[in-house]
Amino acid sequence: MVHVRPILKSLPRLRPILFVGLLIALWQLLIHRVPGQLLPGPFQVLRGMRDLLQHGLMVKYVVASLFRVTWGFLLALVTAIPLGLTIGWHRRAEMAFNPLVQVLRPISPLAWIPIAILWFGVGDLSAIFLIFVGCFFPLLLTAISAVHNIPAVYVNVGRNFGLRPAEFVWKVLYPAVAPRLILACRITLGVAWLVVVAAEMIAVNSGLGFLIIDARNAGNRYDLVVAGMIIIGVIGLLLDQAMRTLERAKSFRWGYSEE
Amino acid sequence: MATEAITSISSGNAKLQMRHMSIAFERDGKTIPVLENIDLEIRNGEFICLVGPSGCGKSTLLNVMAGFLSPTEGVVEIDGEAVRGPDPRRILVFQDHGVFPWLTVEGNIEFGLSKFSGRERKERVAHYVQMVRLQGFEHTYPPDLSGGMKQRLQVARALAMNPDVLYLDEPFGALDAITRVMMRNELMRIWQAERRTVIFVTHDVDEAVQLADRVVVLSSRPAKVQDVHSVNIPHPRNISSPRYLEHRDELLQKIGLAYSV
Repeated sequence: MVHVRPILKSLPRLRPILFVGLLIALWQLLIHRVPGQLLPGPFQVLRGMRDLLQHGLMVKYVVASLFRVTWGFLLALVTAIPLGLTIGWHRRAEMAFNPLVQVLRPISPLAWIPIAILWFGVGDLSAIFLIFVGCFFPLLLTAISAVHNIPAVYVNVGRNFGLRPAEFVWKVLYPAVAPRLILACRITLGVAWLVVVAAEMIAVNSGLGFLIIDARNAGNRYDLVVAGMIIIGVIGLLLDQAMRTLERAKSFRWGYSEE
Repeated sequence: MATEAITSISSGNAKLQMRHMSIAFERDGKTIPVLENIDLEIRNGEFICLVGPSGCGKSTLLNVMAGFLSPTEGVVEIDGEAVRGPDPRRILVFQDHGVFPWLTVEGNIEFGLSKFSGRERKERVAHYVQMVRLQGFEHTYPPDLSGGMKQRLQVARALAMNPDVLYLDEPFGALDAITRVMMRNELMRIWQAERRTVIFVTHDVDEAVQLADRVVVLSSRPAKVQDVHSVNIPHPRNISSPRYLEHRDELLQKIGLAYSV
């Protein structure tokens, strides 16, 4: 009886884990009941993961995918945000850029796959380019609208206090848009993680996307397919959590609370 | 009557001078005159309140003085020099949302002080934190401050720049009635300690009579200076004294209001 209390107390934290456990049990039960090859069972998938680990493929593919996402995402970040802030600040630049951006934006990054292969061949560069394309437009548009949404009073205070242009960017413009941009980064990183899997199915010979398509093509190893899917999901969750910790910074908090 | 009040000031010690100033806005291709032919002289160290019916252009007038808006006609001069834009020697305190929510109280006060040494910055921050009574909140972010504290912080940030003119645009307008009265006392205390030229926009006649050396009454739009009313009661002003009430009633009448419902 004495030990029950701490367990009950930690119950809310354990709840998601318990729920996942329940679903896995249900999964196993259904696989057992329903004949045929609809899905590999949880134990098969676990064995698949063990195989991947033993052959060193899991680490290799995860690193390969993360490498492409990192570069594609960072390239988009360092180009789209300064460009978006500049366009947003100068109304005339926006009028010039807007039609082009609006036409390019709805094109799925996957539609760029042939072009990517034409320009960069089969390899990392193609995949990085596709991720870049997928991240660039959402970040650009967020940066533009973030500038539009800066309250006039912050700009006026900046002008009143006689800041030099570089100081103004660093002390007013950047902090005023940061919360929105960080939110956009979190969403965009999620997009990058979606795009990398698709890109790797076609444009490269490694990575988690390649693992999934290769496991199917090279012998219908659906245990590895599902193992790959689970790894993708877990890493996506971890990336999202990492970005969320940024949003908790005290100097950004004002941007997320409704005053 | 208005011109009498203005010319009676010797123009030798005028801090701010406005001559034949008019401003009009363009909206939907139409020109809307907002302020017409404003003449005004403000002395160094004076506390001026601008009052007038709502929407008459009080804030516009303040924004012209502060250099945020350019007059369509006429000139504004401070110390004999034409105002060409916002200037760190003259700071405007906004009605609302004027403090930076991403900076702490301390960070807000030292916002404009980057050209000073670390020691000087520290001293000024400490001095003005004390002056607006925000001790203990140095590391607090504005979302955790009350409305009155935020306005005090804005005043502190402005004063830390050591401005020679302080513009306040209905700074207590968004506060509740009790906080508003307390803030007036605080502002009066600070003004008596620092003696800056203060130009204060308000729609509250009581506020004007309590604070101002002179009250500039604007007419409705397009606004002209209808009257300049001197309040020659020493501070602290007793708001129920007959002299106070006289001034208040006179002002209300000039604005075109009688204090009975």
